[in-house]
Amino acid sequence: MITLVVNKKKHNLDASPDMPLLWALRDTLGLTGTKYGCGVGACGACKILVNDEVTYSCLTPVSAAVGKEITTVEGATPNLQLLQIAWIEFNVPQCGFCQPGQLIAATSLLNSNSNPTDEEIDDAMSGNICRCGTYQRIKKAIHHTVELKKQQK
Amino acid sequence: MSDIQNISRRSFIKNIGLTSGALIIGSHLSLFANETESVLAGAFQPNLFVELKPDGSLTLIASRSEMGNGVRTSLTSVIADEMEADWNRVSVEQAIGHKKYGDQNTDGSRSVRYLYETMRKMGATTRMILISAAAQKWKVLESECHAENHFIVHKNGKKIGFGDLVEIAKTIEAPKDIILKDPKDFKYIGKNLKSIDVEKYVTGSAIFGLDFRLPNMKFAAIARCPVTFGTVKSFDKTEAMKIPGVEAVFEIERIETPFGALGGVAVVASNTWAAFKGKEALIIEWDNGKNGSYDSVKYMEMLTENVHKPGVVSKTRGNIEAAFSASAKVIESTYQLPHLSHAPMEVPNTVAWVKENSCEVWCPTQNPQAAHEEVKNYLGFDDEKVIINVTLLGGGFGRKSKPDYVVEAAIISKAIKAPVQVVWTREDETQHGYYHTVSAQYMKASLDEKGNVTGWLHRFAFPPIKSTFDPTADYPNGWEITSASEVPFDIKNFQIEVGQAPAMVRIGWLRSVINIPHGFSINVFTDELAHAANQDPLAFNLKLLGEDSTPEDNKSNKFSATRLKNVLKKAAGNAGWGKPLPEGHAQGLAVHYSFMSYVASVVEVSMVEGIVKIHKINTVIDCGIVVNKNTVIAQMEGAAIFGMSLAFYGKITAKDGAIEQSNFGDYRMVRMNEAPKIEVEIVESTAPPTGVGEPGVPVIAPAIVNAIFKLTGKRYRNLPLSDYELV
Ligand code: FES
Ligand code: FES
Repeated sequence: MITLVVNKKKHNLDASPDMPLLWALRDTLGLTGTKYGCGVGACGACKILVNDEVTYSCLTPVSAAVGKEITTVEGATPNLQLLQIAWIEFNVPQCGFCQPGQLIAATSLLNSNSNPTDEEIDDAMSGNICRCGTYQRIKKAIHHTVELKKQQK
Repeated sequence: MSDIQNISRRSFIKNIGLTSGALIIGSHLSLFANETESVLAGAFQPNLFVELKPDGSLTLIASRSEMGNGVRTSLTSVIADEMEADWNRVSVEQAIGHKKYGDQNTDGSRSVRYLYETMRKMGATTRMILISAAAQKWKVLESECHAENHFIVHKNGKKIGFGDLVEIAKTIEAPKDIILKDPKDFKYIGKNLKSIDVEKYVTGSAIFGLDFRLPNMKFAAIARCPVTFGTVKSFDKTEAMKIPGVEAVFEIERIETPFGALGGVAVVASNTWAAFKGKEALIIEWDNGKNGSYDSVKYMEMLTENVHKPGVVSKTRGNIEAAFSASAKVIESTYQLPHLSHAPMEVPNTVAWVKENSCEVWCPTQNPQAAHEEVKNYLGFDDEKVIINVTLLGGGFGRKSKPDYVVEAAIISKAIKAPVQVVWTREDETQHGYYHTVSAQYMKASLDEKGNVTGWLHRFAFPPIKSTFDPTADYPNGWEITSASEVPFDIKNFQIEVGQAPAMVRIGWLRSVINIPHGFSINVFTDELAHAANQDPLAFNLKLLGEDSTPEDNKSNKFSATRLKNVLKKAAGNAGWGKPLPEGHAQGLAVHYSFMSYVASVVEVSMVEGIVKIHKINTVIDCGIVVNKNTVIAQMEGAAIFGMSLAFYGKITAKDGAIEQSNFGDYRMVRMNEAPKIEVEIVESTAPPTGVGEPGVPVIAPAIVNAIFKLTGKRYRNLPLSDYELV
């Protein structure tokens, strides 16, 4: 039995310790918001936060997350929620499939940088592929989230 | 103008103290706070697409697949508009694959263009019945009543909600003469609507095929022969069976239909990862079959040879040879474009549950009726015993209109007598697709002293899509030819020739299809001609596009040179064509008519240390009447990135019959750091709606190549540009 804390909830699961978190989340815990895109760390669809570190869940074994806090797109952290609002405001998703990974990457960016420049956004987001090509809107939505945060204060 | 958003009562975002536009999300919530969740019996269903419940909630059916094309929102908003329904009371249900819905194949950029009128009628009929119902109830004349935002209103001010009319409406016959709304009264059509699914997308609650789950469902991966149509000679499953979670390993048959399963060895497991690991652990000896000789380098040499000698003439006018020999200047060029793979972010996958006499499937498909046909035929079941449910699609681009992966799931579920999800790995998706064709194109043209084009020869060879349906087909045919032969150029002596090209892999349609190579070679060649004639490419293109069309034609479905020239002029104007640019920047343009829409793009590039950077893309589209502006703009933005990816990196190659690329590392996509600023203008039009999903793609690659030429004087005639180490 392995115990994982996902979005502040404890889960006991029967999984081999080397199973990537991606599949533990999706197939064992039924949290399908985190996506499979490539399995090799090349697309970002599977991004989650592990103790606030942005992590490719397709490459990270379950054993590496024991005793840590996992956040997925289903988790309601303050920056993630604001980003979701901005994503809706700018109609970011097309097919939507890459967006959980994009949102997690953006959450991680804003957690460490409250007002990123275009270049800093490029750096943080270029591990995430969007085949539908929503990059321009993602960038706008991240800038807009910074504005929303200011209003919130 | 702000967007129209359907705010469901289950809206996920609480009012979290925002003061801006985002407040809309919180403030509308209370409207339906008291509404009961229970589904009330006795709904009114005037047609297949509309279901109105006594509580006023309205379910509209989307018969086409949602893959980012916005179709669940656009088609249903047309019904809602004609009905005078309140968009906030609408929920959208996805149709199963069934003939009763008419053609459901979501490709060819056809959904809105084919269904716009039908959806309007569905909505209008419902509105008229509700008006009749109210008139009956109030004992007044129908002409004294009108529909307004989910109510029927009488001229004296009395009103009644749609839901309260359900019982009477059920007894009223549909009107014979349907009166459509005056377009000036449209509330949703032509406006900006948010996707009906947007909240689900951003919270991770959207259910794509890959996310569908059934109790006790197994997961399966399949090892397929690296060579197309190769077969299993023998396999050893010992190591695979040792992987924890792997439950069964067995061979599956090839189904020899165009969309049938490729066959191979299936690994069934308790989770996806175990299935993938089990597949890796298999030891398989393959019989590669006749495609084992496929070598894409040699194949391209063969194609190129074929276009450098006379081909089969498929269209001719005037006398090109006479034109060439009499001319001041003759220009020749050859263009080579490789296979492409669709690479939707969501890999092919399907959940199937085959029981004794019935089967139910949940799949991300663009073509549910083809899936139905394939599965039904494989199982030998009656029509109604096979149900194809359509999930959301994580991208399609044509890949998901070929349901080979759906058949695979049915085969495995039948074998294990349990529900199963077949999941392709990204490597599978890259290596076992229905590839965009590989092509060589030879072009020759003559110019007179004034730089007018007097002769035009376009000769091309590529394995046709038809080869997937008829393995003997080895010449381009149908609109694979006409999209080059019907090019609207004002040239007297004109000839199209085609060369032979047998298929060595499955050939399929990919977003924009043959317009990618034709749009590329034609637009790069006209740019070459413009420079040879010492003319500005904009002026040169406008001249080549010839006479203006009549105002009548401009409002119809007929091709209009005026509309094509108009998008080009607008794109050039928006991009500041001919105006000074920053130091080291240059622009290129391209214009193309496809899927009955008119598109032009101007691309602005620079080069830093030999690497191309794209700064800006200006696109203008004329696609007739627009249903949802948001979607059209998004599709043009997406098309620009899709076009960039194929121009920069798109290349699938084969060696000894096996595809050499495997994942996003060697089949690359454009990423955020390469993404330019994209500006889109939609031309206002009253012409019937035309294609949106695809026509934005073909102009991008040639406009890039033309811009690079302008900047460097070097002409890159083959794609992708990564082969020249330019990206
Ligand atoms: S699935 Fe993990 S990076 Fe692509
Ligand atoms: S929205 Fe479709 S892949 Fe990003």
